[in-house]
Amino acid sequence: MDLNTVLQILDSAVRLMTPLLLACLAGLYSERAGVFDIGLEGKMLMSAFSAATVAALTGNVWLGLCAGLSGALLLSAIHGIASITFRGNQLISGVAINFLASGLTVLLGQKIFGLGGRTPSLTPGAELEAQVTPFRAWLSGTAGPDTAGWLTGTPRFGEIALPFAESLRGVPLIGPLYAEVISGHSILVYVAFLMVPLTWWVLYRTRFGLRLRAVGENPASVDTAGVSVTRLRFAAVAIAGLLCGLAGAYLATGLSAGFVKEMTAGRGFIALAALIFAKWRPWGALGATFLFGLLEAIANRYPNLDLGIVTVPSMFMNALPYILTVIILAGFVGRAIPPRAGGEPYVKER
Amino acid sequence: MDKMPKWADVILTPLISLVLAMAISALVILAIGESPMVALTTMIDGALGSSYGWGFTLYYATNFIFTGLAVMVAYHASLFNIGGEGQAAMGGLGVALVLLSLPLPHWALALPAAMIGAALFGAAWALIPAWLQARRGSHIVITTIMFNFIAAAALNYILVNLLRPTGSMDPASARFPDATHLPKLSDMALALGFEWGKNTPVNISFFVAVAACVLVWLLIWRTRLGFEIRAFGKSEPAALYAGINPVRITMIAMLVSGGLAGMMAINNVMGEAERLVLNAVEGAGFIGIAVALMGRNHPLGVFLAALLFGFLYQGGGELALWTTIPRELIIVIQALVILFTGALDNMVRMPLERMFLAMRKRGA
Repeated sequence: MDLNTVLQILDSAVRLMTPLLLACLAGLYSERAGVFDIGLEGKMLMSAFSAATVAALTGNVWLGLCAGLSGALLLSAIHGIASITFRGNQLISGVAINFLASGLTVLLGQKIFGLGGRTPSLTPGAELEAQVTPFRAWLSGTAGPDTAGWLTGTPRFGEIALPFAESLRGVPLIGPLYAEVISGHSILVYVAFLMVPLTWWVLYRTRFGLRLRAVGENPASVDTAGVSVTRLRFAAVAIAGLLCGLAGAYLATGLSAGFVKEMTAGRGFIALAALIFAKWRPWGALGATFLFGLLEAIANRYPNLDLGIVTVPSMFMNALPYILTVIILAGFVGRAIPPRAGGEPYVKER
Repeated sequence: MDKMPKWADVILTPLISLVLAMAISALVILAIGESPMVALTTMIDGALGSSYGWGFTLYYATNFIFTGLAVMVAYHASLFNIGGEGQAAMGGLGVALVLLSLPLPHWALALPAAMIGAALFGAAWALIPAWLQARRGSHIVITTIMFNFIAAAALNYILVNLLRPTGSMDPASARFPDATHLPKLSDMALALGFEWGKNTPVNISFFVAVAACVLVWLLIWRTRLGFEIRAFGKSEPAALYAGINPVRITMIAMLVSGGLAGMMAINNVMGEAERLVLNAVEGAGFIGIAVALMGRNHPLGVFLAALLFGFLYQGGGELALWTTIPRELIIVIQALVILFTGALDNMVRMPLERMFLAMRKRGA
């Protein structure tokens, strides 16, 4: 294995870890506030579908992103109403949300595009033109001929070359690392990475973060201090929705070009595993999702990894995140202790 | 004093939840430009209008009875077993190993052997999550989810690399011996002299499932163990005070639950496919959650809810065949049923309780 291969695998790992990282941070906000969220998968799926659909219809990826965020937020609202307002079982609500997204995306996708549940490919071509042209014609017909110019964007997030990426390529080791692995990703990848320090700052350095963490450990104390538990938890669930929205939009309009049925493929659950791995901490989330992204990248590149003595099948690599999480949960490698009030609806005393 | 009469709790609330779920499903059908009435009549016609439809409805219902009972037993110990999918898949492996390795001369011998294999493998797959919950306090929901994925990967590996007959491209095991072929309900009807449900997969496992309902009822409400499970589920401190061992109850409840989920394999693997294929469970493990919630965690309720979901499953297949509504509509209906009967239970219950309280005050 030469340096080039290593760099390619690392580059692929960065791409693959991005949706995991965003979803993991989403779960972090929600669970730190005491609301279990096993509906990460469904929210991501809904967002991926909404983002790809609107991007395909309008040809503009930013409108797609807005749609993705709204789609995920809508499911978050259902989760909030069920688990906070009506004090229902948060796990059951999460299960329902996963199924709702899984069914609705195919149903609506088939209705809108008639392609068996997928959206048209977002790479420029005839399939996309067929969708975008009537919309642009309709827009210039209703809102004036010059408005079509507003939407001359791209239907996908492009790759951003960071400054000096090419000129530094000659520098040994650091140059190629910078050019191949760090530079050349879509904007959402950089947003995801920036979310890590931001989340750390919000959780540990702001009043909102302190209250958020307190509401996940001991909601009664927050209530006694005169702060609304309901409002805090709704805020946390909404933030989780937005982050899942980013994750889904990246999947459909950044990582791949368009939505396909069940495209999240268990990533929401891997993110949940990463959250436990990270022990509900933002920097830990970065490390855990990088590890899981790396495993996926290696499994993709080497379906049967030959280690000389044994050949590791790809199925094992795919299952490794789950196996590692179970080992962590077993408490053999450092204990993962969840927020104390997680999963319990808060009932105000009267 | 109860806030409302028992019949309202047991029948009225799930019924209202079901009506709400169905109403929203109808709105979804309207939203995709189809007629809910046409959809409903297509489904009823396709699932209940002929013995052929019934044959499939009962076949699916058999799967859901097993997985529903599995969720139910764990739920009584206030454990949420969401790993039915993986446990049922492992049950399939148990059935396949038993039938492929033992030379069983007749189905009457093969069925009990396969049941033991299925239950053992299903229970084994619930063992580690149960132990982790009981001893290490790690959440059963998370571990069973992880075990679903691990089961899928393990089965994929086993089917592709170990059980696949040489020369076959299909990731599936060899066919089970002919002697282990389970009698179909249609064969039994023919033996009795009339034709019913020709070419449908429903088989003798349906009666095993019905028997399992009765046995689970006996276990939960008529045995000491069942009492301990329910006591532990209602209040762990109280159970502890009464001398009930929480580790033992957690382990037993999860093992029974996993065993029941695994037993599903005698229907889909042994009765229908007659070989182990990839992804044989097809989501039945998750439908068990909806079935248990809908059935109010009572075997009779589970039986009825399983019939309802069997109807939805078969009817949904017919929908995809005769209309432009995709099969995924069932997943939406399933999601709404779980949402309304499970998570939004209080939304229906609270106004009802208030209503009954008001009525009682007026009566007094």
